[in-house]
Amino acid sequence: MVGIISYGFYVPKYRILIDNIANVWGKNPKDIKSSLMIEEKAVAGIDEDSLTMAYEAAAMALDDRIDKTKIGSIFFGSETPPYAVNPSSTILGEFLGVKKDYLAYDTQFACKAATGAIISTIGLVKSNMINYGLVCSADKSTGRPHDALEYTAGSGATAFLIGKSNVILEIIDQVSFSSDTPDFWRREGIRYPSHSGRFTGKPSYFYHVQNAAKNLLLKTKLKPENFAHAVFHMPNGKFPRAVATSLGFSQKQIEKSLVVGKLGNSYTSSALMGLVAVLEYAKPNDLIFFVSYGSGAGSDGFVFKVTKNLINHRQKFQSIINNKTQIDYPTYLKFMGII
Amino acid sequence: MSSIIGYYSTQFGELWKKSLFDLVKESVEGVLKENYIEMKQIDAIFFGNMLSGVLENNLHSSAKLSEIFHTNVSIFRVEAACASGGMAFHLAKQYLDAYSNKTVLVIGAEKMTDYSPEETTDALAAAASEEEQNAGLTFPGLYALMAQAYCERYHYTEEHLAHIAFKNHYHGSLNEKAHFKNKITIEQILKSAYVAHPLKVLDCSPISDGAAALLVTNDSKKTKHKVEILSSEVATDVISLKNRKDLLGLKSVRIATQKAYLQARIKPDQVDVAELHDCFTIAEILAMEDLGFWKKGSGGKMAKELVTMHGKSKKLVVNTSGGLKAAGHPVGATGVKQIGEIFLQLTNQASTRQVKSAEIGLTHNVGGSGGTAVITILRG
Repeated sequence: MVGIISYGFYVPKYRILIDNIANVWGKNPKDIKSSLMIEEKAVAGIDEDSLTMAYEAAAMALDDRIDKTKIGSIFFGSETPPYAVNPSSTILGEFLGVKKDYLAYDTQFACKAATGAIISTIGLVKSNMINYGLVCSADKSTGRPHDALEYTAGSGATAFLIGKSNVILEIIDQVSFSSDTPDFWRREGIRYPSHSGRFTGKPSYFYHVQNAAKNLLLKTKLKPENFAHAVFHMPNGKFPRAVATSLGFSQKQIEKSLVVGKLGNSYTSSALMGLVAVLEYAKPNDLIFFVSYGSGAGSDGFVFKVTKNLINHRQKFQSIINNKTQIDYPTYLKFMGII
Repeated sequence: MSSIIGYYSTQFGELWKKSLFDLVKESVEGVLKENYIEMKQIDAIFFGNMLSGVLENNLHSSAKLSEIFHTNVSIFRVEAACASGGMAFHLAKQYLDAYSNKTVLVIGAEKMTDYSPEETTDALAAAASEEEQNAGLTFPGLYALMAQAYCERYHYTEEHLAHIAFKNHYHGSLNEKAHFKNKITIEQILKSAYVAHPLKVLDCSPISDGAAALLVTNDSKKTKHKVEILSSEVATDVISLKNRKDLLGLKSVRIATQKAYLQARIKPDQVDVAELHDCFTIAEILAMEDLGFWKKGSGGKMAKELVTMHGKSKKLVVNTSGGLKAAGHPVGATGVKQIGEIFLQLTNQASTRQVKSAEIGLTHNVGGSGGTAVITILRG
């Protein structure tokens, strides 16, 4: 049985209220909050970046029961890596104390860089090329000041260790759906991402998530009602709710995953953070439906089955994210390195 | 006398899978096919388009049209900001006045939604004066100044303006080719976000893609549908708002209107249907007064009474297409679509939004903040 053996996450303690951003730009906070369905977002501190957050998440995932010498791969998915050239995956390996005989690389595919790496890791584990593989997602994301992205782009990291024994989350099946759809991009040397406004919706997010989800349901011969929980990528609070409804999932099935309202969109960690949130409540034998989305564009879909091992290895989530400190807009700009 | 004998419009909206020339091709092939006319019977083409030069680095579209339609006739690209379509039609009529037994195509098209709102807004601002551009005034800002002046002078509120958007969205719900087919409430309009005070998002026409094409002829042969062009008149005015004597109306519209009524021998109370340039709600109110339909200063009150709404109006119905507000505003296409909508009304082809026994129609197409106005009067 291939699956997730352990997991970790990191959410920086700083938050900025959407009201604070909207007020700076003369926008009505109520309008912004109701259209994006976001109240506040998590912000990495001035001395944090995607790599430090990935380390925190991975350190939580690699508890004492894991023999680190058996980790055969480390993949780091991010769209805000600290280096354009120089792998973060090897820095992670070094700081985590993993031996040097592992495969390492950084992956890039907008917000689904890490879920693609999970599929690669499943292949390596299934084919016995490695015993364990570690996948980290991490982003310290922002938009250009006054860009709509500024209200949603947040910070956070997750880590998942994949292997064959003592899994807490069995991976029943997976699919991918990809196309050349330029809805969001950042060119080499350009600081802030560009996006094509409303084009990021129907022909981009919805098209890919819906197709991946439908293919996954067909492939597994499962129906929405078979799942205890569903998790979708969360660029804002509205899209995951709308896509869930369009696919026949209820709001109750997705409610535990909707971390975006309080944490914002942590890009590569967005959907995976939703999964982490769900795991605090999931029960053995629960089926979890999961679809990520990465601009450019593509979606990876998974069906997970919770095993009884989760009970002893679940991580606290809500109590940790509730420990927070609010910051104002100038502090936010300082933390993001804008001023 | 010249007549309109056919009309075809593409869907208006966010048409991300279609280029400017995909839309042009669809509109032209549509109008030719529906009227059993071949391209070789077309003697000239008038193409209204504003932004392709700025947004797409795409000029000399006349030669591009020659390539698409395998024709070597005269093709004229016409640019007059948001009045490009109406101006193309006006020049087509002039052409027909000069040459007998000719049939021409008038096309209006615009591709706007492939660009960021900032890029499109910047490109549209090219139709404002340099000083206004440098001062950061965009078109919502210019019309907001007019709205402020009008509401202050005649003691009207944002609620009065909102009724124009309410009516036009209702009309848009009856037009399958409209960008927005949803009805909206006065409350929604008043609660929408401000763009430029007192204009809110739902007071403003959208950025849209779309194309429309008309067949116009002075050939006397019989056709299934025929709408006579009683007049098509153009007037201009200073481009800068600051150089105008008053902001309570548009001088170019008043001049062109006077000429158009005189030429057509029509009085305002004879008009049954009109398509007005409601780029912003205030624009329709000012236009109703400039066109002589409403008394100066009564516009806010009349708008609130919804006296030009389909099903409520006793005579004149305005913007049955949904206007620019709901049908959409692909700028170069708008003037052609307006004339096309009146063509549909006067030939009884306007389905559920048909105005009973409509005989006389008028269109009002404005470039910029009133620097250009094209008024067309048609008879069914």
